[in-house]
Amino acid sequence: MYLYDAVDQRLVDERVVQFRDQTRRFLAGALSEDSFRPVRLQNGLYIQRFAPMLRVAIPYGLLHSRQLRALAYIARRWDRGYGHFSTRQNIQFNWPKLEDVPDILAHLATVQMHAIQTSGNCIRNTTTDHFAGVAPDEIVDPLVWCELIRQWSTLHPEFAYLPRKFKIAVSGAEQDRAAIQVHDIGIEARRDATGEIGFRVLVGGGLGRTPVIGTVIREFLPWPHLLTYLDAILRVYNRHGRRDNKYKARIKILVRELTPEVFRTQVDAEWAHLKDGPATLTDAEIGRINGRFTRPQYRRLDALSVHYTQALARDRGFSNWARRNVNPHRVPGYAAVTLSLKKTGVPPGDATAAQMDAVADLADRYSFGELRVSHEQNLILPDVQQSELHALWQEAKALGLATPNIGLITNIIACPGGDFCSLANAKSIPVAEAIQRRFDDLDYQHDIGELDLNISGCMNSCGHHHVGHIGILGVDKQGAEFYQISIGGAQGNDASLGKVLGPSVSQDEVPDVIEKLIDVYLARRDSEAERFIDVVRRLGLEPFKEHVYEKSDQTQKDRRRQLAAA
Amino acid sequence: MKNLIRHKKIVADSWQRLERGADGSLPTVPVAGDILVPLALWQAAAGALRARGAGRLGVWLEGDEDPAQIADSLDAFSLIAVNFLQFTDGRGYSTARLLRERYGWTGELRAIGDVQRDQLFYLSRCGFDAFLLADGQDVPQEDLLRSAQAALSAFDDFTEAYQTSVERPLPLFRRRCFASPEQQ
Repeated sequence: MYLYDAVDQRLVDERVVQFRDQTRRFLAGALSEDSFRPVRLQNGLYIQRFAPMLRVAIPYGLLHSRQLRALAYIARRWDRGYGHFSTRQNIQFNWPKLEDVPDILAHLATVQMHAIQTSGNCIRNTTTDHFAGVAPDEIVDPLVWCELIRQWSTLHPEFAYLPRKFKIAVSGAEQDRAAIQVHDIGIEARRDATGEIGFRVLVGGGLGRTPVIGTVIREFLPWPHLLTYLDAILRVYNRHGRRDNKYKARIKILVRELTPEVFRTQVDAEWAHLKDGPATLTDAEIGRINGRFTRPQYRRLDALSVHYTQALARDRGFSNWARRNVNPHRVPGYAAVTLSLKKTGVPPGDATAAQMDAVADLADRYSFGELRVSHEQNLILPDVQQSELHALWQEAKALGLATPNIGLITNIIACPGGDFCSLANAKSIPVAEAIQRRFDDLDYQHDIGELDLNISGCMNSCGHHHVGHIGILGVDKQGAEFYQISIGGAQGNDASLGKVLGPSVSQDEVPDVIEKLIDVYLARRDSEAERFIDVVRRLGLEPFKEHVYEKSDQTQKDRRRQLAAA
Repeated sequence: MKNLIRHKKIVADSWQRLERGADGSLPTVPVAGDILVPLALWQAAAGALRARGAGRLGVWLEGDEDPAQIADSLDAFSLIAVNFLQFTDGRGYSTARLLRERYGWTGELRAIGDVQRDQLFYLSRCGFDAFLLADGQDVPQEDLLRSAQAALSAFDDFTEAYQTSVERPLPLFRRRCFASPEQQ
């Protein structure tokens, strides 16, 4: 983890004092709701359907066991005993009382955590690859750069009241696991021919009402210029982004209206003034930040543990889990383990306080006390010895955290939806559960293979439905909850946006529709190696559409045939 | 009276702000007194405003007005103000930094309009040194004064900052070089 220094700590402590006073003035009637709303949002506090919702920042998804225990404590003491890990690698508590929030923030500060800028029209929590620092395909460790961006964006005086929220993601590996193409700014850390670090900068990507794949505006930004270049982008956006219509206020609309070329010209003109200025980064500062990250003291191990390979051969349940939930590690003999928060019947991303405490113990015993939160809403133990995987699996299984479904259809990304969120048009959680139940058979799931299924309860797209191989969007149809299905979306290096299949369907119909999509896929794939998304790209929407919306007389004929067969 | 904070003290405001009419017409210029004119009036009558003998001249910008438009005539002004239609409209923060850091304005830079206590800290970091606090509705005079006094504490909300700003031109990581090891 990154260890705060005295200044990091002081700023977080001072934020608590500031927010305590703001809350006091609000409760005393000295601060109006309109004046309080933006400042509470910038501390992660929403007023939700039933109670306030507090979103706590987990910067770039990096978490220490001590911090996870503090989150468990908060869940128990001030909430209802659980928390929800979000697609921004954050955690949300759904039931705190407004008057308790200053105390919760004070408790967070004791473990170097906060809720600064987790909501509001400001620069949000920077996200990254959940395998940052351990992935074998990593070119540049993104953590140092993420922390630099965290510090730069934290309490940035010029960009606290942007036209709209602003999200930055950083990737440093060959495979993009941070969805950088669908962020306001996507940063890909790379090396030039001489080995120097620099960044490919994308701008104007995003999901929401108008999904857009980001455009590259700079192929290689040498690392010393990272912050001045970000300042230039943000200043152009702050000054010229639309403020007349909140649905057109994201940077993607500005980039589109100006064209990426003109936007780039404006950024360059601004940057010309800032480049090489005092915010230019130095070797000393990179070294200082790097030195504040705790790094595991890895043991020297064989590349492949005999104990591990024997257990794989012996235990099918273990090998199923290892196939899906264990990822390779850059250090020989180690692996990164994903603890699935996608067990059927549990809302995706939810964890109880007891689970959090237990996972913190697992992290201490198996992974140097370190954890990651993935944007797919799972928890990662990044540094596990291969020889200990079997023991870890058994413990995780007992905790309900070993569902072997990472990358499969039941590893559903879902927002909290209409059960909690006041923005939602429709519920997400029961839809996720119905699909998980339909595909509960593990062999069936494995046969279907890699498939990202994402659900959002409304157009704000917190569930990333646009980039699901199958995306499900809750829509309001004359007061009733309906679901629009899209296919063909993807995140990662070959990111694409899903296309809507056809008319929306009722909640009951969703699992049937998904099953029909899978039927078409299984019938039309040319081999097991061809994934669902590949088939959609090869064949287009038509065969899927035809099968899902085939005429009802045909359906009735099928049904009669099924009855006759039964 | 209005609650003006200048250099972290509550002071009397001698300036009269002129605004365009509802139909967009330019205001008439009073013979005497310190006047704060909208950009459009300055652009229409710069010569006459410069020649005006009695009283000082200031100009105010809306959030969408580019400070580059007055960059060549800063010598004409004793005050520049930036109007916040709503406190959530953050364009004025960039305007302030540009005036200070790019165009070299060193005189009084005043935030006017929907200026509230909880934004004072960021505003001052961006280069504002005067703040005309928004009136609360139906608030008695003595309460206004009291809330202005209470607002002064907002300048001390945070004692450090990571970024470059007008207030601290060097980012924290460059200032650390001069700090003692204990503070790191």
